[in-house]
Amino acid sequence: MPTNPVVTDIKQVTIRFSGDSGDGMQLSGTLFSTLSAIFGNEIATFPDFPAEIRAPQGSLQGVSGFQVRIGAKDVYNSGDKTDVLVAMNPAALKVNASFLKRGSIVLFDTDSFQKRDLDKALFQTLDPFAELNLDYVQPIGVNITTLTKASLEDSGLENKEILRSKNMFALGIVCWLFNRPLEIADKLLEQKFSKKPLLVKANIKALTDGYNYGNNTDMTASTYRIEPIESTKGFYTDINGNTATAYGLIAASEKAGVDLFLGSYPITPATDILQELSKRKDFGVKALQMEDEIAGITSSIGASFAGCLAATSTSGPGLSLKSEALGLAVMTELPLVVIDVQRSGPSTGMPTKSEQSDLNQALYGRNGESPLVVMAAASPTDCFESAFEASKIALEHMTPVILLTDGYIANGSSAWRIPEMNDYPDIKPPYVQKKYKGNAKEWRPYFRDEETSVRYWGVPGTPEYMHRIGGLEKDHLTGVISSNPDNHQLMVNTRKAKIEKIADFIPEQQVTGDTDADTLIVGWGGTYGHLLEASLRLMANGKKVAYTHFRHINPLPRNTHELLKKYKKVIVAEQNDGQFAAYLNGRFQDLDNIHKYNRVEGQPFKVSTLIEEFTKIMEEK
Amino acid sequence: MEVTEIAAKELRYQKHQPKDYKSENAIRWCPGCGDYAILTSLQKAMAELNIDPHMIAVISGIGCSSRLPYYMNTYGFHSIHGRAAAIATGVKVANPELSVWVATGDGDSLAIGGNHFIHAIRRNVDINILLFNNKIYGLTKGQYSPTSDRGFVSKSSPFGTVEEPFRPAELTFGARGTFFARAIDVDIKNQTEVMSEAAKHKGTSVVEVLQNCVIFNDGIHNKTSDRNWKADNTVILRHGEKMIFGKEENRGIVLDGWNLKAVTIGEHGYTIDDVLVHDATTRDNTLHMKLALMDIADGLPVALGVIRSVKELTYEKEYEKQIEEVQMMTPKRSFTEFLLNSSNIWEVK
Repeated sequence: MPTNPVVTDIKQVTIRFSGDSGDGMQLSGTLFSTLSAIFGNEIATFPDFPAEIRAPQGSLQGVSGFQVRIGAKDVYNSGDKTDVLVAMNPAALKVNASFLKRGSIVLFDTDSFQKRDLDKALFQTLDPFAELNLDYVQPIGVNITTLTKASLEDSGLENKEILRSKNMFALGIVCWLFNRPLEIADKLLEQKFSKKPLLVKANIKALTDGYNYGNNTDMTASTYRIEPIESTKGFYTDINGNTATAYGLIAASEKAGVDLFLGSYPITPATDILQELSKRKDFGVKALQMEDEIAGITSSIGASFAGCLAATSTSGPGLSLKSEALGLAVMTELPLVVIDVQRSGPSTGMPTKSEQSDLNQALYGRNGESPLVVMAAASPTDCFESAFEASKIALEHMTPVILLTDGYIANGSSAWRIPEMNDYPDIKPPYVQKKYKGNAKEWRPYFRDEETSVRYWGVPGTPEYMHRIGGLEKDHLTGVISSNPDNHQLMVNTRKAKIEKIADFIPEQQVTGDTDADTLIVGWGGTYGHLLEASLRLMANGKKVAYTHFRHINPLPRNTHELLKKYKKVIVAEQNDGQFAAYLNGRFQDLDNIHKYNRVEGQPFKVSTLIEEFTKIMEEK
Repeated sequence: MEVTEIAAKELRYQKHQPKDYKSENAIRWCPGCGDYAILTSLQKAMAELNIDPHMIAVISGIGCSSRLPYYMNTYGFHSIHGRAAAIATGVKVANPELSVWVATGDGDSLAIGGNHFIHAIRRNVDINILLFNNKIYGLTKGQYSPTSDRGFVSKSSPFGTVEEPFRPAELTFGARGTFFARAIDVDIKNQTEVMSEAAKHKGTSVVEVLQNCVIFNDGIHNKTSDRNWKADNTVILRHGEKMIFGKEENRGIVLDGWNLKAVTIGEHGYTIDDVLVHDATTRDNTLHMKLALMDIADGLPVALGVIRSVKELTYEKEYEKQIEEVQMMTPKRSFTEFLLNSSNIWEVK
């Protein structure tokens, strides 16, 4: 083993904690990323865990990982390959072998790399590194289990609990590798286990002993120093996408001065939104766990009718169940925010894996001509901005809005500068008693504001504006049920025009990169970090490339058509089979420059692959 | 004007009349449909309770019954099939001050909306469900429903059904319902009375109205609704009163072992003292279940009136209480202040 430690200053590094579902890898990873963020690094995380709560111990399908990329700056995504892998068992090594960079460090627990452990991970020999041809990595074996046991001998914990603290010993070693100050980790542990002082003490001890072990044995040639970033002044926290989404809704309800209501049903990977909002009774949030997905959305529609900022949170299969009710929200023109945290489909698919394949469902998944607003969030912190804007559009334009996020950004986290809410725009719902100029007796529920085509909101409890709405087509003037053909055509046109007019209230599409670029790379949603990095690297290599990322999908920004026409090649990259590309082609039928890059693997894009594939497309004649 | 005249005028102004709840929409039910009488009863009940029309929300699903909100001069929402109970839950939780009603049918609430129906009842959210039970799908022109009797012949069961029906009371009690009443569409007086009681009850009230579909299932409730049979085949239950019925008012319900029995007072040694006194308020629903399931086929009259009315915690009030408790413990603060006080905060200077 090398003996002379060298401290290497580097810009970015990717670390993956990997072990059994029960090994506490998510906790180690979260702690490490949080303390790195507090230390002043940029972070991007990628929790990658199996759908099984506890798969058979040591098995390949039970491997749970948490990847974090830290850097001084420009950390746009959680990284393709790892510089450091913590492998708590042979299965973790096998599953992650293909993600190891040349020269990367593999810290593994020798105690759990015995014959029976190797058998469980289906190794044929006793040398897993040779068997996987990993001659290009630096394996560092530490008897973590034995050392943790020794460390916590006098802790007063049961043997089972002691074994569970292995993750802290491993984390201690990693903290030493990266020069992370332990005081921050100690504080985080105190918060995490505030009700179990014995556990706090034991975890801190295991962590400290792990750190000291690294220090005392000078166990590797390289330890890394990543300097803190110079960021905009302000207060920061680290936040994942689901929490940011929940916060965006709260911020919007505060801004609009209306109560927030969430009707929901547990579904991976969206459940955190329900859980987070259930905690927020201090803001008067009413978050109801309903009996099914349909009740989730319909209770929200009821709350919207009754004057709330109403939302429902779900994932793909849940959105399918909500389709009919979404149509009702379109027809009754009530404000509603529907959050779809996309996962791999179809059907139950791969619940814990991320994808962008619900776009068609969001755009078209209803009977009848049923237009609504579709938006997509780009990153964990952008979930806040997107949820705020989705709420503003829903409330001011009296329409359902589907906000697409995905499992990758929902569970991934990054550092977030706490927003100054004064910088955010007002939200002013079109209350009938405030906005309607005529007298109450003559008002009917489908009267519209001339400028926006938005109908007025008459909230139950408001004297004199009693009225009836419903799923049946209504006369555009009287609001009475109507199956008049001219009226139906008019209402179809009106509902469509109302959504299209929203384009006047959203920003124009912006482009990053050279003005004389030949190729425009197009993305939307949670692939932002990977696509931006790939584009920037291509630009750095002198390629004539620009990048644009869509938050607004329906309606599209006003300048979309003009923008796409300007480039020789437009490459639309998506984690589906080409849904956004087909949508753009359908909208702008004169475009003949659209190329597609699609991967549907349930895994994040790899920047290196993107660069290769984009280069190929650019070089095609 | 005399002071008393002003007071009288104000009283007239404040006191709502049934017509205050009538909307301008033309009614589109078939002539002779039982729904007309249900609508009239509801408007009368609302006037009796004197609830301001703008404080009322009537929510419905799909089916003939669900047209009702259009005919009410209140806030109304005609929604989609089966979902009215869930929508009404959202309305009530959003604004507990509203008087929230659900107009629904046996197909709407017991088939496609069965899940929302039982869960609304289980939560005991304070909504009033008017369940129009005509044992048929009317709006789709005559298919059997979840309350159609075994063997019932309809367009979708030309050889008779081979399934047992739900009995709404049984389902309500199974879901731990706190209020169940039954009325016949033609009996406006009794209907108005049970609807008033339903409105006063805090929690989910289920009012089953035995409603006649004049086109597709005419006469299905004749044995209880026909004036020749009604007195002998039904008993109106009122809390604290003896369970007496019959044209001569000489019949009563007594307990016979574990079972209920209809007897004639003065015969076979039964006296008025043997007749049960109705207690709608016992938490134990065993007797309520037996009363609600009394069947003419077993020689027992069909129970009408408020069969069960029990005080329990309501969902929306408990939810509000939790919010108040949390807010008492947490200082009032803006969203930004909340973020700045959460854990894992660091400052870049």
